[in-house]
Amino acid sequence: MATSLDRLPDDAAKAVDDSSTGGPRRNGRRRRIYKHVLLIVFGFAMLYPLLWMLSSSVKPSDVIFREPSLIPSAFDFSNYTEGWNALARPFHHYLFNSLIIVVASVIGNLITCSMAAYAFARLQFRGKKWFFAAMLATIMLPIHVVIVPQYILFNELDWINTYYPLIVPKFLATDAFFIFLMVQFIRGLPRELDDAARIDGCGHFRIYARVIMPLCVPALATTAIFTFIWVWNDFYSQLIFLTDPDLYTVPVALRTFVDSQGESAWGPLFAMSIVALGPIFGFFLAGQRYLVRGIATTGIK
Amino acid sequence: MNGTVEESTAEQEPETSKRSGRKGGNSLTKREGRAAYLFLAPWFIGMAVITIGPILGSLYLSFTDYSLLQPPEWVGLDNFERMLNDDRLHSAIVVTVTYVFVSVPLQLALALALAFFLDRGVRGLPIYRSIYYLPSLLGSSVAIAILWRQIFGTEGLINQLLDVVGIQGEGWVSHPDYALSTLIVLNVWTFGSPMVIFLAGLRQIPTMYYEAAEVDGAGPWTRFFRITIPLLTPIIFFNLVLQLIGAFQTFTQAFIVSGGTGGPADSTLFYTLYVYQRGFGSFEMGYASALAWFLLVVIAAFTAINFLAAKRWVHYGD
Repeated sequence: MATSLDRLPDDAAKAVDDSSTGGPRRNGRRRRIYKHVLLIVFGFAMLYPLLWMLSSSVKPSDVIFREPSLIPSAFDFSNYTEGWNALARPFHHYLFNSLIIVVASVIGNLITCSMAAYAFARLQFRGKKWFFAAMLATIMLPIHVVIVPQYILFNELDWINTYYPLIVPKFLATDAFFIFLMVQFIRGLPRELDDAARIDGCGHFRIYARVIMPLCVPALATTAIFTFIWVWNDFYSQLIFLTDPDLYTVPVALRTFVDSQGESAWGPLFAMSIVALGPIFGFFLAGQRYLVRGIATTGIK
Repeated sequence: MNGTVEESTAEQEPETSKRSGRKGGNSLTKREGRAAYLFLAPWFIGMAVITIGPILGSLYLSFTDYSLLQPPEWVGLDNFERMLNDDRLHSAIVVTVTYVFVSVPLQLALALALAFFLDRGVRGLPIYRSIYYLPSLLGSSVAIAILWRQIFGTEGLINQLLDVVGIQGEGWVSHPDYALSTLIVLNVWTFGSPMVIFLAGLRQIPTMYYEAAEVDGAGPWTRFFRITIPLLTPIIFFNLVLQLIGAFQTFTQAFIVSGGTGGPADSTLFYTLYVYQRGFGSFEMGYASALAWFLLVVIAAFTAINFLAAKRWVHYGD
């Protein structure tokens, strides 16, 4: 029993065909090496375009088209300086604009989505079932359906060409995905904790702030990281709500760059694309544990 | 101190024994309800102003002619009639449907295959998982769309590689027959996030089942098709719904690769891109709203069909 348990999770497929040729040990080992070689080759192919972009960003523009290799024959950082100053403002201006929106969005989502999640996960109130269903339905709502009236609304408020249309919705818990994520997480916390706090005289707000939130750190981290990445990458709403070049964010600035320079300036374009992807990559490295867990908990109850 | 203790024990009551102390129970449920509405206040406002209001607003606008400058003018079903005769719309539908129904199955098949391959016993699983997952995070960004435009360009990476083996490649993104395929490849490239969900699902299948099957003499293929796949159907279903909805809404990649035109020859004119062109290119807000509502109905219908069909092929344990 014990041996079969050990072997099975490993490689259930092996046991049967091993009997045909050679010793099961050696064969299994060779199989495992093949598997790794395949996985590595495939992973490398997946990442090749990214690595190639990185290496091209330090190649002189005329070499990019002649050199599919990853190791540049000469390092040339002029693409970065050129790209940085290619638009009306230096590139850090756009990075800073993006950062403002992203940081505000993260704060908004953390506060309001966690509040809504606490109510859905822990409190009883009239209409809860219906509100919860409505909340889930909005996860699937295409932004294209609401963007035109939103534009009209924000236009009436004189909010076009400000960051309000991008930030204010985040303070109104409109990213229902994160409410769902945190509801799932809070449901997994033992209710005895709430009850104990209640006996100690805590009201709902203190239970939320002092008991539930500290235990929700993993879910909050997932929310923060995903919000950061999605808002940083978001192009559609920033394209629509921001038309003043001074307010451009990184994605909109990159789009202007590619439209104005076209095919002539791949080097600087790649350099700035790498700069744009940098923060996502950083967050990915720092928070991949939370990302993977976040996807898994929302995917499976 | 005393007061709070008494209060909180009273608060316990409706939960533990609902029947006793009806009056007190009511006021306490009421208080809990009030607290809940306070916690939900931002969400209620957002729901009303940012979500439901605009949904109804765009429904109204879809029956009007509106350019932001004059007040909306009621035109009845004109916008929908126009949709019937709009050739660009029809090609946008063909492009989007092709994209969705080619790229999503390919993406999910790849995700499932790799999840199965990676499941259990591969050393370094977290590293492989991260490598395969990374493109999912980057895939919808402008930077990657720019990269794609170069890779599949006339002098792009693909053609350089083809040149090495002596093949003269096309300008893939500028050729009407191939431009859409490059975007399909891009979507397949982001198979990592469904793969992570599959991996989590695979881990929940008890090894016991495999053992029993093995004892009964089931080979690896039988085990895959008789145990893994049936037990994984809820996850496959979840991924399918999610990816279909996402694919219908693809915008950024098509916008950047085609420079906002949906070209060449409308071959990458995604539905959402067309809605954008009508709404924010020529400010035909009424027509754009009608288009957007049609998208909503289509997505809702596909999701509903998915859920109905799921009854036939999705097995929920116990």
